[in-house]
Amino acid sequence: MDLRIKLTILADAAKYDASCASSGAKGRRDGSTLGSTEGMGICHSYTPDGRCVSLLKILLTNYCIYDCHFCVNRVTSEIPRARFTVEEVVRLTLDFYKRNYIEGLFLSSGIIQSVEYTMEQLIAVARTLRQQYGFGGYIHLKLIPGASEELIHEAGLWADRLSANIELPTQADLQRLAPDKKHETIVGAMAEVRERLAEVRSDRQAGLHPPRFAPAGQSTQMVIGATPTPDRAILQTAAALYRDQQVRRVYYSAYSPTPHADARLPGQPPPLMREHRLYQADWLLRFYGFEVQELATEPNGNLALDIDPKLAWALLHRDQFPVDVNIAPREMLLRIPGMGVRNVDRILRIRKYHRLTTDDLRRLRVVWRTAAPFVITDDPNPGLQQLDRVDLRRRVRSKPTTPSLFDGFIGEDER
Amino acid sequence: MIVTIQNFADWRDKARLLLAANFSPQEVTFHDQRTGAGLFADDPLPSIATKMAFRVDREFLDAAELAAWHRRGDKWNLLYRILWRVTHGQPRLLRVESDPDILELRRMGKQVSRDAHKMKAFVRFRRVVHEGEEHFVAWHRPDHFVVRLTAPFFARRFSSMFWTILTPDESVTWDQRELQFGPGVPQSEAPAWDALEELWRAYYRSTFNPARIKLAMMRREMPVRHWRTLPETEIIGEMLHEAPRRVAEMIRHTEGCGRSAAEFLPKNGSWDDLRAAVLRCQGCDLYRTATQTVFGEGPIDASLVLVGEQPGDEEDSAGRPFVGPAGQVLNGALSEAGIDRQRVYLTNAVKHFKHELRGKRRLHRRPDAGEIVACRPWLVAELERIAPRVLVCLGVTAAQAVFGHGFRIQEARGRVLPSPCCPQTLATYHPASILRVPTPLAERYRQLLVRDLRTAKELAG
Ligand code: SF4
Ligand code: SF4
Repeated sequence: MDLRIKLTILADAAKYDASCASSGAKGRRDGSTLGSTEGMGICHSYTPDGRCVSLLKILLTNYCIYDCHFCVNRVTSEIPRARFTVEEVVRLTLDFYKRNYIEGLFLSSGIIQSVEYTMEQLIAVARTLRQQYGFGGYIHLKLIPGASEELIHEAGLWADRLSANIELPTQADLQRLAPDKKHETIVGAMAEVRERLAEVRSDRQAGLHPPRFAPAGQSTQMVIGATPTPDRAILQTAAALYRDQQVRRVYYSAYSPTPHADARLPGQPPPLMREHRLYQADWLLRFYGFEVQELATEPNGNLALDIDPKLAWALLHRDQFPVDVNIAPREMLLRIPGMGVRNVDRILRIRKYHRLTTDDLRRLRVVWRTAAPFVITDDPNPGLQQLDRVDLRRRVRSKPTTPSLFDGFIGEDER
Repeated sequence: MIVTIQNFADWRDKARLLLAANFSPQEVTFHDQRTGAGLFADDPLPSIATKMAFRVDREFLDAAELAAWHRRGDKWNLLYRILWRVTHGQPRLLRVESDPDILELRRMGKQVSRDAHKMKAFVRFRRVVHEGEEHFVAWHRPDHFVVRLTAPFFARRFSSMFWTILTPDESVTWDQRELQFGPGVPQSEAPAWDALEELWRAYYRSTFNPARIKLAMMRREMPVRHWRTLPETEIIGEMLHEAPRRVAEMIRHTEGCGRSAAEFLPKNGSWDDLRAAVLRCQGCDLYRTATQTVFGEGPIDASLVLVGEQPGDEEDSAGRPFVGPAGQVLNGALSEAGIDRQRVYLTNAVKHFKHELRGKRRLHRRPDAGEIVACRPWLVAELERIAPRVLVCLGVTAAQAVFGHGFRIQEARGRVLPSPCCPQTLATYHPASILRVPTPLAERYRQLLVRDLRTAKELAG
């Protein structure tokens, strides 16, 4: 089969994986002669769907012996199939990289023959790139849950980032839609990575020079909206993964009915806004000191779609407002709707030398329409009168915009 | 006082003299050499009389140096104004990030950083072979003067290559050892083509999800002014043009099997309820073109169940399974294996006749995976109630309905295996396939069918 056709099929099959970031790894790999990772990933292009093109994101093959119902590559799906050789992926990566099209490679695969065999093939690509061609660009390898400890260790030796996909929010969801997969096995693979990362860290602290292991850590992805599981349970799973497995990022991928979809799946995708709200809530969990119980407060256990989760929280806790931006502690500033971490830190710096006014906040590009009813400034703030109004929700809601799916995850690179 | 500035170092030196001589920002006008010097010649700078000591912190110098790459000609005035304020009573001015001058300084710095970032992103090298040596050459038009700012990045990243980046302002070359800067050049001097761009476009097209169009987002991050040097942007028009068709295709496929028989299945009714329900099934589109549902037939306490693929033309008219030519082959095989058809339950994986009209003839067509999955609830319901001792799948469609799509009949024919539907399941050839293959092979298939039926009979007792 012509390389171009293979590329068409195997890029198409990989595009539903949301993890596109190429950030997090820094420093030159020993012996590399081509390529660098500079801490912050670069988006080399954008497709008309608004998504960043940073890595050559492909599958080694879309043949798969498993039957995960939400996945286009499942064995029962009638799609054109293809398989790259290790050498072909290596060549493509180098050719693209040398022309500055990409930051590196994101390689995943359907499962062929066996878990071990598949993992070995993925590793072979990374090993060849590193050892034979001195490639120092970014490599993200997908871990096939169930692969042995040795294979996971070797994968981490060559890759910057590893990820085992959690696939669906709960074990019950998996049972329903991915009968070949088990939550435990997937989390087991993550735990292996976490332990190895900890080992390497402590060896380094002890002054040893342990072999490299996935310097950009691990991430994971779950498909949302393929089952009725509410946002609260989704966020609980995410919070547990952040806490227990120290994953760097959880990616939420709104289930989109794929060609040849399966009858057990809903025919409709979840609203894109839902994915966006989950990213916002995820952000609040990681950087704003929120707990899952405080979010997803709609009666059905979901996040509100019409307002962002921080605003939703503030509206339910009006007794804790208004907050004086000139004296409030950081934790409380972080809870003001319409105010981001960056601005909170700027305010903390500014207020040592200058008392902030409504004008200052506007100039800092705080979302003033949203924030006004919740803050006390050095000058009179007429917005404050609204705090007790019943229709506050409607008034402060920012104009509905189509969420940009990547607000959430480009964030890491650009914020 | 008019002063022309070449670059940041130049500004720093001159600003120091002006500051020492106590020139206020209102008294000085800076002109930028690159963006066109002023009409008037420079005034002579004050000569240093006293070495005046003043300190500005590193933070200001860094921020100023970054902003100095900006294309705006009046940047030197802003920098001097801030310098003046910092040294005249506002040493912490930089911390007041909401101050208009500081905001402006930061904004310019940000625009420069962003432009440098975009340069790192959008430079597209083209490979040229020159005297047997590989060179990579790119042409790029940055918004600001960021060539020198980004060159070290390219040197780090592509250290083992020979490369050149051309811009209208300045060019830079790397010979694997050091960077060399030269004058700017027009785009016409850059190579026009690289064979690999075809593959890159193929990738770009495939990685695009036609169900989500966010042009504003794309344009914000990849401004149109850069498109002429980005080979992938050539096909954006085509991609958008074909997007509705690709989405429609996706939806059509989804609608075809977004439904299933499950919603027509009675929760826990009698056998008659099940029969009545299946006659009304609209779990997939096959009911539209078929005459009627053909449900299973036979004793519901049978110890042996045979599953075929789907009803054929005659079954569709009669409303009963295995009454056409394939049924005759089956009858022959059953009696040769010593099985009484009356004691066997016969059914199909798909309950409606799938066909294609060719003139007046209705030609059999194999059901696809979606239809098999859609119809499976009926088969499961039948098998749950009958709970046979042995299940025989006739043909690959039946076997895949029972075992899953991966089932290969050539490899597993005749083997007794546990399946989700029955602990003893075996797959064999469909009698219709015997009608379709050439005679010598047909006889061989028939013998295997008989042999497998015999095995089933023994197991069923
Ligand atoms: S194992 Fe992976 S590729 Fe295979 S069906 Fe499941 S999700 Fe798809
Ligand atoms: S083929 Fe099966 S699922 Fe489709 S309409 Fe007929 S009985 Fe229902």
